[in-house]
Amino acid sequence: MKVRSNLYRKEGYYGYLFVLAPVVGYLLFTLYPLLYSLYGSFTDWDGLGQMTFIGLDNFKDILADELFYKASFNTIFMMIGIPIEITLALLLAMGLNRKMFGTTTFRVIYYVPVISSLAAVSILWQWAYNGDYGLVNQFLALFGFEGPNWLADKYTVKPALILMMIWKNIGYSMLLYLAALQSVPKDYYEAAQLDGANSWNIFWNITFPMVKPVTFFIVVTKIIGGAQIFTEVNIMTPTGGPEYSSATVVFYVWKKAFENLQMGYASGMAMLLGLFIFVITLVQFRMNERASKDME
Amino acid sequence: MLSLKRFNLTDVLAFIVISVGAVFMVAPLLWTLSTSFKSKAEVFALPPVWIPETFHFEKYIEIWEKGPLLSGIQNSLIITVCVTIIGTFTSSLAAFAFAKLRFPFKNMIFLLLLSALMIPYPAVMIPQFILFSEFGWVDTLKPLIVPGLFGNIMMIFFLRQYLTSVPGAIIEAAKIDGSSYFGIFSKIIFPLIRPAVAAQLILWFMAVWNDYLAPIIYLNSPEKQTLQLVIANFNATYAIQTDYALIMAASFIALLPMLIIFLVFQKQIIESVAISGVKG
Repeated sequence: MKVRSNLYRKEGYYGYLFVLAPVVGYLLFTLYPLLYSLYGSFTDWDGLGQMTFIGLDNFKDILADELFYKASFNTIFMMIGIPIEITLALLLAMGLNRKMFGTTTFRVIYYVPVISSLAAVSILWQWAYNGDYGLVNQFLALFGFEGPNWLADKYTVKPALILMMIWKNIGYSMLLYLAALQSVPKDYYEAAQLDGANSWNIFWNITFPMVKPVTFFIVVTKIIGGAQIFTEVNIMTPTGGPEYSSATVVFYVWKKAFENLQMGYASGMAMLLGLFIFVITLVQFRMNERASKDME
Repeated sequence: MLSLKRFNLTDVLAFIVISVGAVFMVAPLLWTLSTSFKSKAEVFALPPVWIPETFHFEKYIEIWEKGPLLSGIQNSLIITVCVTIIGTFTSSLAAFAFAKLRFPFKNMIFLLLLSALMIPYPAVMIPQFILFSEFGWVDTLKPLIVPGLFGNIMMIFFLRQYLTSVPGAIIEAAKIDGSSYFGIFSKIIFPLIRPAVAAQLILWFMAVWNDYLAPIIYLNSPEKQTLQLVIANFNATYAIQTDYALIMAASFIALLPMLIIFLVFQKQIIESVAISGVKG
């Protein structure tokens, strides 16, 4: 008995030792900064001098800040790309799931933008959207359309960013769907075909429910990522676009914190962003739980 | 007969649609490459020139002189190699402990770590910046390296899942043979999970290499900047001179390393993305 308890104590000791690094990392670089941010959001703070406690003043100012609303609206507006991307990705995956010539090549082609650096991709799309000699307008000219100067027009800058993000990310969702489709047992389809089900019935009653966990995963991660868009905006529209029409929340937080040195104000916005992400994710998990209970 | 014919037709249709889509996917990348070889007249030519009459390689020589591209590559390499090598070691060690060792509050600690996945970087970046500026680390590579050395929670999660399929009896047997816990990890566990580690390491490498927000916060002087910042500055600086060939050459150089890694490790990357998505 004595030997056994000694062994366990030794195992526990090594267990703690082995997980020490990530735990310390978590305390230092996640938990401590998070609490600090929370406290900072209640202060007037330029990052260099003293933090002066000002209560809810930052939040009052933020909620009256027109640019904050604009940045929030832009961030949410750009999430229109998510359902479009998911639909296209599922269709693509269904197409590539057939026994067809060149599927591996297609998989690679659609996935290349995903691995490409977002900075480089933002640069090349910035030039593709150029009003005078950009690739996009040259393409439209083939059909007799005269395209706008995409990134300099407040009505086209957001659709332009959405299109570019779909192009950049679609390969990732497609790949996840493809993996899910390949794990659907073949007999399901065979049985449905024997019963005389049409393609739509097969899709709606077999394919769609079978890939539902993947859809859930993609939606949750896309919304978390979509709430944090920064790089493409910072490179393609360094001033936040015409009339601030492409500035996102993270872009605005970054401007306030590191250009205007309003650290307290920026922390307040960052906390609101974190809260938004937390609540949205929680709601989605709840909805998913309820939906899977209904199915049973 | 009829159904067979219709099946073939859908196949052909799917092939055509996917091919057209593929053209749209590669066009911007090919355009970048082709523009980097163009003469000034060809850059602005209407309709666009896809294959330059003569290939101008000058821009690929100029970029090394016109900006700190080389030091950008070096800095990016230093950061990514340090972070992924050491971070992978700490992550896999922790994953082993979480999956196979018994110690009090294990699951609670694990859940606590997982909660970090929910916290967006913008929510912690300001205090992190203040912390590192108090250390005097701003405009050095340290703020970009040090946090990564403590491990990657996504990787710990993934490897822990992977380790659940390894039978605990192997570990018990090694213990009876008198192996130390670190010996068990390095001689038994690590070789077993190596494929999963490799896949996760590549994904992490790409994420750190392509990162932009953290470097833009910490790095100011041109010679300290990472590759991503260097090309972004190229873009901002040479845009006024409309030297697109130069910008495109620099962008293409920035795309190249990941492109090569992807083509070499394509199978592992695709598999590991697929697994982490479907099971995560």
